[in-house]
Amino acid sequence: MALLEIDNLTVSYGKAEAVRGVSLNVETGRIVTVIGPNGAGKTSLLTAAMGLLRAGGTLRFDGEDISQLETEKRIEMGLCLVPEKRELFADMSVYDNLLLGGFIGRHDRARVRSDMDAVFDRFPRLAERRTQKAGTLSGGERQMLALGRALMGRPRLLMLDEPSLGLAPLIIREIFHIISSLRETGVSILLVEQNARAALETADFGYVMETGEIGHSGPAEGLIHDPRLIATYLGAGH
Amino acid sequence: MTAQIAAFLTVDGVTTGSIYVLIALGFVLIFAVTRVIFVPFGDIAAFTALTLSALQTKHLPGTVGLVAALAALATLLEVIRLARARRPGQIPRALLFYLVLPLIPAAAVWATAGMTLPLPVTIILALALILPIAPLLDRVVFRPIADGTVLLLLTVSVALHFALVGLGLLFFGPEGVRTEPMSDYMVMVAGVPVSGQTLMIMAAAVIFSGLLFLFFEFTITGKSLHATAVNRTGARLMGIRPERAGTIAYLLGSLLAGISGILISPVNTIFYDSGFLIGLKAFVGAIIGGLVSFPVTAIGALFVGILESFAAFQNSAFKEVIVFGVLIPVLMWRSYTFAHSEEDIDE
Repeated sequence: MALLEIDNLTVSYGKAEAVRGVSLNVETGRIVTVIGPNGAGKTSLLTAAMGLLRAGGTLRFDGEDISQLETEKRIEMGLCLVPEKRELFADMSVYDNLLLGGFIGRHDRARVRSDMDAVFDRFPRLAERRTQKAGTLSGGERQMLALGRALMGRPRLLMLDEPSLGLAPLIIREIFHIISSLRETGVSILLVEQNARAALETADFGYVMETGEIGHSGPAEGLIHDPRLIATYLGAGH
Repeated sequence: MTAQIAAFLTVDGVTTGSIYVLIALGFVLIFAVTRVIFVPFGDIAAFTALTLSALQTKHLPGTVGLVAALAALATLLEVIRLARARRPGQIPRALLFYLVLPLIPAAAVWATAGMTLPLPVTIILALALILPIAPLLDRVVFRPIADGTVLLLLTVSVALHFALVGLGLLFFGPEGVRTEPMSDYMVMVAGVPVSGQTLMIMAAAVIFSGLLFLFFEFTITGKSLHATAVNRTGARLMGIRPERAGTIAYLLGSLLAGISGILISPVNTIFYDSGFLIGLKAFVGAIIGGLVSFPVTAIGALFVGILESFAAFQNSAFKEVIVFGVLIPVLMWRSYTFAHSEEDIDE
């Protein structure tokens, strides 16, 4: 069964339609990616799914219609967005950022503590820097902190917006390795990326978004060898 | 000036400065979380003093009506919003927070008006009655324009201050009041008499600054307020509600303002419009702290108090000029030495 079902979603800014009738599904435990060029409406899609943008159409999470729910309720249900800008608390420590990641579970101290240990196990570099201010971390560490902070909320669906943006190739490989290792925690992932090759190599299923609409879709394995995609998004060599 | 006079002026300045510390910390707290420069903050302090005085002279303070009216208005707005958003399930909760809770202290004051009550009880009643005013004003006035610019919020805030001063005149009349002193203790420090009241004011500034520090450093609620202040979007994505963080900031700020109003009223005569000047001087302290730093704000507010005390001795006619004149070099210093905030860069 699909954990997230997006049906005919539309987002407009005034008269301009950023997302036009997009439908997609994220199956439980899967990594689904939406690739496409800059300005295709990928970020609007995620922002609307989170309830931060007004949108038309229907959103179902775990079979329940969440289209009218406010952002905080969606978070409590298990949706989580790691935005493109990461939105870390720059002048707070790594530890405090993670602690606030567990805000919705704050009344259960044992849970917060064990989740924190799990995050530090997964990201040993964050453990080393636990007292350092988030604003002083490197780009890769910031992305790790953003992921760790998101995991603290025990999400059922993790929505990642351009996790590779602004990172060096070596770090990108590390981040995607981490993303695919998250599969074992049972979390489902909706990954939005411009870095199409890396995204398709990580994902199970892919959608291609262009000017607000879904063009192709299919298993990631198939898309990566699709000649039309190779020409436009994947390039020949790399 | 002799050393004795200097010591006397310093004690006096630290006392006034301590009052400014309490109010200035509230300014920074509310601004950081909501981006509102809450100009009526001094009025909240004055209203607490005037309410306390009304209770002591066995009158029903007009603030009871104000709280009741604001609670009714806020509840109406909230119920309409929930009905429009098709979330009727949340209406009982809204009724509890916007109607029942604010009406409890109002009803208590109304029921006990005219009775002779011990001083601590009247103080608690006055504080409890004042606390809901700022959060309710936030709901009615600021939440509909929460996404506006800082300038818009400031303009509305100034208008709100004038409205409150008008209501203050209506509720409490033009006469100034002094409340009963809380202690007649007196001690000599370095040849300067220091009253129990003065000691209490200083202690309150130290204790509440310390509590605020502990709150932000060690509680998850404090950290969630800090997080909302540094990154609103980030905080929302963690499930922290900015409106709730704002309400907590207004409540804490009002508590600080209320306590300073209660502490100052046995020492200074408080009029319906006294709040503005007290607030404005505390604001100079908050500006020294750049509206972000709590410790620098506290030091700045103390400095303003001491400066005012010495200025009043040297040339009382220019007292205010000297205090507000300090703003010019402070603003120049801040604009040259500190990086601009993210919002400035975005715009």
